[in-house]
Amino acid sequence: MRLFHKRPWMVIAASTAAVAASGAVAWAAFAPVTFGSREETFEIPKGTWARRMAGNKVEILPSRIYLTLGIRDVLLLKNQDDVPQIFGPTLMMPGQSFRLPFELASSYQFACTAHASGQMTVVVDAQPGNPWQRLVWRARRIFRAVA
Amino acid sequence: MRYATRLVPLWACMLLSVAAQAAESEALKAGIFNPAREAPDFSVAGSDGAPLVLSAYRGKVVVLAFGYTSCPNVCPVTLAVLAQAHRKLGALGSQMQVIYITVDPERDSAARLKQYLAAFDPSFVGGTGSAQQMAAVRKSYGVTAEKIGAGTDYAVAHSSFVYLITRDGKLRALMPFGHKADDYVHDISMLLN
Repeated sequence: MRLFHKRPWMVIAASTAAVAASGAVAWAAFAPVTFGSREETFEIPKGTWARRMAGNKVEILPSRIYLTLGIRDVLLLKNQDDVPQIFGPTLMMPGQSFRLPFELASSYQFACTAHASGQMTVVVDAQPGNPWQRLVWRARRIFRAVA
Repeated sequence: MRYATRLVPLWACMLLSVAAQAAESEALKAGIFNPAREAPDFSVAGSDGAPLVLSAYRGKVVVLAFGYTSCPNVCPVTLAVLAQAHRKLGALGSQMQVIYITVDPERDSAARLKQYLAAFDPSFVGGTGSAQQMAAVRKSYGVTAEKIGAGTDYAVAHSSFVYLITRDGKLRALMPFGHKADDYVHDISMLLN
């Protein structure tokens, strides 16, 4: 306490930080969860096959994809390369896209030759319906992004 | 001007076609390929004793599944769901054909496939052939199959999704494992209409 008396700027800084943190938590809990589109898009760019043939490691599709029901629950894969590609769960021709909607919150395993593990997992979370769920959803999203 | 007027119905048809495709892709429960490509044709030994040629089923919606008769869990579930969907479709069921291609031609003879499939639905047709023949069919569809274990009691890890092929032979959609019979009824009805 004495420290605060000697340095009032610390009180101001601490109060500001507390207000900012409370505001952030309140926003995370009450702001509606929205995305511009329900589609999570992954694209194989032109020339990927050539780069792979040249010995370059090209990772396009993460081995784990996270979706959320009702908000972002459609996986959209696009093959823009000149050759057919096994992309996620399926073989796609050049110029072809594959749009896969999900209606159940669950963890889906797909065989995928593009990954070293040979598997791709799509985790579909339930739609966060109340402030606590929104808070947890946002915290989990940050954790997954940094993990 | 007269030329431009003549093009109006053509443009209208094209727009309607694009709109119909967009609406379908929004509405199907399965994953949609866009544009739909020609379903790779194949000719293998059919469980009914006759050659099984995919293109011979033009006019019907083909539900194409890959699996094997010794499969302990995925295949029985998929086939039971398809049999249920077939029953639920009622009169429309005659316009749908389930084709089950083995990923284990070593053990799955035509006779064995016939007996196995009849337990689910006698209208289902199975396909088998040489190892190379079946590998070529799998490759054309992007289906994986890997033998696990040795001896006669081995298993085969395989892709579990089901392809939906339109009446005109287009590979339109892919239904991942786990969907219910009602989802198949929904999508097959849409593809038939």
